[in-house]
Amino acid sequence: MEKSSELLAETRGVQLDLQGRRVLDHVDLAVHRGEIVTLIGPNGAGKSTLVRVLLGLMKADQGLVYLRPGLRIGYMPQRLTIDPVLPLTVRRFLTLGKRCSEAHMREVLQEVGAGELLEAPIQNTSGGELQRILLARALLRDPDLLILDEPVQGVDITGQLDLYRLISRIRDRLNCGILMVSHDLHLVMATTDRVLCLNQHVCCSGHPEDVSSDPAYLALFGSPPGLAVYTHHHNHRHDLDGHIVPAEKQERGQSGDG
Amino acid sequence: MDDFVLRALLAGVGVAIAAGPLGAFVVWRRMAYFGDTLAHSALLGVALGFLFDANVTLAIVVVCVLLALLLVALQRQQRLASDTLLGIMSHGALSLGLVVLAFMEGLRLDLLGYLFGDILSVTRGDIFWIYATGLLVLIGLALIWRPLLADTVHEELARVEGVAVVPARLGFMLLLALFIAISMKVVGILLITSLLIIPAATARHFARTPEQMALVAILIGCLAVSGGLLASLQWDLPAGPAVVLAAVVIFVLSFSWRRRD
Repeated sequence: MEKSSELLAETRGVQLDLQGRRVLDHVDLAVHRGEIVTLIGPNGAGKSTLVRVLLGLMKADQGLVYLRPGLRIGYMPQRLTIDPVLPLTVRRFLTLGKRCSEAHMREVLQEVGAGELLEAPIQNTSGGELQRILLARALLRDPDLLILDEPVQGVDITGQLDLYRLISRIRDRLNCGILMVSHDLHLVMATTDRVLCLNQHVCCSGHPEDVSSDPAYLALFGSPPGLAVYTHHHNHRHDLDGHIVPAEKQERGQSGDG
Repeated sequence: MDDFVLRALLAGVGVAIAAGPLGAFVVWRRMAYFGDTLAHSALLGVALGFLFDANVTLAIVVVCVLLALLLVALQRQQRLASDTLLGIMSHGALSLGLVVLAFMEGLRLDLLGYLFGDILSVTRGDIFWIYATGLLVLIGLALIWRPLLADTVHEELARVEGVAVVPARLGFMLLLALFIAISMKVVGILLITSLLIIPAATARHFARTPEQMALVAILIGCLAVSGGLLASLQWDLPAGPAVVLAAVVIFVLSFSWRRRD
């Protein structure tokens, strides 16, 4: 692991208990400029908690959290549900935190591939579109460090690959550091420089290929890649008459305005 | 038009103007029950005001704010769900207010007026206070509008982006308490939240931005006040409930109007 580039954020020996349960146990994490670090781990492994400690949203019981002075963070939260009773366009959503120029907004929205959505009510966007809009809001802050909590949530499998490629392009263009939470190592492998496998403590870390064959990783996630359990990703469902309903349409249907 | 009708109309419109934008936030933040709980504690404020011979309006604001702070502190614990907690506090505060009032001998109070409002008996002084406080509420809300909206959409995202979430929330509760104190005379503590949520919920059909929704809520509130008062005079109905019913009628009509689009 090259240490030459600038250190953006780091945790050392971070420990945190929630309701008598140890959620984080001596976690060391570092993100440098220009690298993509991915946190993986099973549900309840403390990935989001670690992210929140780094963001200053939660306080660690023990350990050190360092952020480079003046660091600008772009954050993409795990879940965003906006009540349909709040009339909000994408444009308005993007400028909620901080005002920005029209040109900058259009440019960033274009970059994430959601250019045509600027005036759309945000509740009418699909899961994949919403993720791109969230990414745009994070990018509008010209971040040194992007923190993305499950950025491909609610996106179909091809869309997931697209989104990971987009994130990698953004890293190249901004030369920012990226910390990303995921629970599928094989999808992020190609676009990740370093992987941290978390299950309360750091089980193993390093290059994605090394981690995927690490005994600690295999103990957590089961079979090695060659024998990986086939997980079926539904791209459609069937309605009551057995007709195929595309997943995309289904998603849109669920988020109508009220 | 009779003088008391004009005073009632002025008072109602003043309350509706403050209720529009405040109510929009109550609806967006799903705080209807929270507002109800604060409103119910207003009676305790009335009782304590009489007990300590203090300004009743001030006593109401103080009790509401203290209760709001207590609620926020208690909501941090995980044992009881928020709605259970609100239910306990809401009815506990109302009952305590009723009991304390009953204990105060020699005090002849128009309890029904406090519970359901007494808009037809507002004085010039009442109107002055409604407009002064209402103006304060509007200015305060304008000042915290952006941070409060950012917090309403996504708290953590707002905090990471450096939005001052906590002052905005505390400010909002203070404004809500002020509003309850001035609107009690118009609709009474049991019906206050209806003035907040019904016009705002109705306005959703006609709005594309948060600000439009707040403005339309003001218009709908004024319409409900006028319609309710008119009906009250025409058919000799209790004024407070008539205003609320007028709001409900507009809400239902807005649905069928929207359907036809």
